[in-house]
Amino acid sequence: MNEAAVAATLATGSGRDARSLVIRNLVKEYRRGVPVLRGISLHIPGHGITAIIGPSGTGKSTLIRCINRLVEPTSGSIVFRGHDLARLRGRALREARRRIGMVFQEYNLVERLTVIENLLCGRLGYISPFRAWLRRFPDRDIAGAFSLLESVGLSDFATRRADSLSGGQRQRVGIARAMMQEPDILLADEPTSSLDPKTSVEIMELMARIAGERNIPVIVNIHNVELAKRFAGRMIGMANGEVVYDGPPEGLTDDHLKKIYGGEGWLE
Amino acid sequence: MIAPDPPGIRRRAFPVNRLARFGWAALAVYVVYAASLLDLTWTRFVVGLDNGARFFDRMFPPDFSANKMALLYVGVRESLEIAIIATFFGILLSLPLGLFAARNLMPVWVTWPARAMIALCRSFHPVIVAILFVKAVGFGALAGILALIVASMGFIAKLFAEAIEEISLKQVEAVRSTGASFMNVIVMGVLPQVLARFTGFGAYQLDSNLRNSTMVGIVGGGGIGATLFTAFQRFDYDFVLTILIAIISLIMIGEVLSGWLRKTFQ
Repeated sequence: MNEAAVAATLATGSGRDARSLVIRNLVKEYRRGVPVLRGISLHIPGHGITAIIGPSGTGKSTLIRCINRLVEPTSGSIVFRGHDLARLRGRALREARRRIGMVFQEYNLVERLTVIENLLCGRLGYISPFRAWLRRFPDRDIAGAFSLLESVGLSDFATRRADSLSGGQRQRVGIARAMMQEPDILLADEPTSSLDPKTSVEIMELMARIAGERNIPVIVNIHNVELAKRFAGRMIGMANGEVVYDGPPEGLTDDHLKKIYGGEGWLE
Repeated sequence: MIAPDPPGIRRRAFPVNRLARFGWAALAVYVVYAASLLDLTWTRFVVGLDNGARFFDRMFPPDFSANKMALLYVGVRESLEIAIIATFFGILLSLPLGLFAARNLMPVWVTWPARAMIALCRSFHPVIVAILFVKAVGFGALAGILALIVASMGFIAKLFAEAIEEISLKQVEAVRSTGASFMNVIVMGVLPQVLARFTGFGAYQLDSNLRNSTMVGIVGGGGIGATLFTAFQRFDYDFVLTILIAIISLIMIGEVLSGWLRKTFQ
C-alpha cells in the first residue's frame, strides 16, 4: 500500500471504496518483546467478504479486535473513513465503534435480555443511559429491530430471552445486533466455530446476503478453509503473526496451506 | 479374593494425622481450663436454672392489656420504619460502592478506596456502630437508621462487588463494541447479568435489617428494642414475653416476604 493510495482513501468521502480499510505496520505485543502481530499491512476493499485463515494463536482474533479496539494495538495505524482507529480515544473512539459491527464466536449476547433488547444494544451509542434503562429507544430503532428480526427469520422470538435460543438462532441475533448499528464494516471473529456444519453454512449465507444488501465489507476470521473459499472474494493467510498469503481463493494452493498451518500430513 | 488383613494395611490406607490429634486434645484441655477460670461449676449452673425457672414463670401469661399493646404497636412500627428506610438507603449507597469495588470493571485506584470503605463498614458489629451513632446524633430512630445503613453497606456492597466480578465479560465486550458509553454498558451489559442476584441480596438484607432493627433500640437507637429494654428494667416480664412474640412474628413475616421477593425476581 503506497502513500498516494492511502491519501486517496483518506480523501474519498464517497464512492465504492469509501469503506475500505488500510492497515499499516500493525504490531501488537501482549508481553513486551513478544509480538503477536508482527507488522501487518493490509488494504481491505470497501466491499465483499475477506476471510482470514490461519492456525489458532496466530493473531487472527487480535488483528480483528485491533480494528474496533477491543484490543489496544502496540503500534501501527488502521485508517477507516478518514480516521486512524489506532489513535482514537474516548468519545471519538465510541463514535467510530458505533459504525463497526462485530459478530463473535460465542455470540456474546446479553443472556438475560430479550432478543429485541439485544438487538437494541446495537443502538446504545446514540442513547442516554437513563433512556436505555427505561428502554425508551426511538420508535425508528424499534421498528428497525423488528424488520431485522424478520430478515434473519426470528420474528416470533422478539420477547424471548436470549438464553432460551439455540446456537444458530443466537448467532442470527448476533448478526442482527451488529446490523442494528448500520455499520460501515462488519467484523466476524470465528462466527461459525461453535456451530454445526449445516448451521455454519446458513450463518455464512446470512452474513453474505445481509452485508451484500447494504454493500458493506466483511472481515471474517474462520477456521474452515472450505467454507472460507466458498464465501470469500479474498483470502488472507496468517502464520506466526504475519500475512503469508493474500489473494483470491482460487489462488490458494496446498503449498500455501502448508505454509500457513505447517506440516502436511493433515492435508491428505 | 480379598487377602486376610495383612499387618499395617489399615494404617497405610488411613494414616494418622498427629498434628490434628494434638490440636483437638489441646482444645479440650483449654476448654476445661477456661471454664475453671470463669468459675463455671455445676452448683452455679443449678442455681442459675432455678433463677431462670422463676423468671420464666413470671413471664406467663403474656401481657396483652390495651396500654401495653399501644406501646408495642409504636415500637414495632418504628422498628419497621428503621428497617425499611435503612435497607432502602443501604442498597442505594451500596450500588455505586459495589460497582466501584468490582475489580473487573474498575481501575485499581478506584477499587482500592472502595474496598477499604467496605472493610471499614464491616469491621464493627451493628451494635457498636449503633452506640457510636447514638453518641453522635443522640437517642432515637435516626441513630438506628444510620447504624443499619452502615451495616447494610458493609454487607451488600461486598456481595454486589463479588456478583459483578463473576459476570461474563464476553457479554460486556459485545455491548462495548457497539460504541456504548460506560454507563450504557453498565445498564445493558452488566445490570441484566446481576439484577436477579442483587434482588436476592437486597431481600436478604431487608430480612437481616428487620432483625437488627429490634436490637439497635437496646443501645438507644429507637424501635421495639427500646421498649423491650425498658420492660426488662421495670421487671415487666409478662410484657417482655409479649414483645418477644411480636418480634418472632415480625421476623417470620420478613422471612416469608424476602423469600417471595427472591422467587419473583429470579
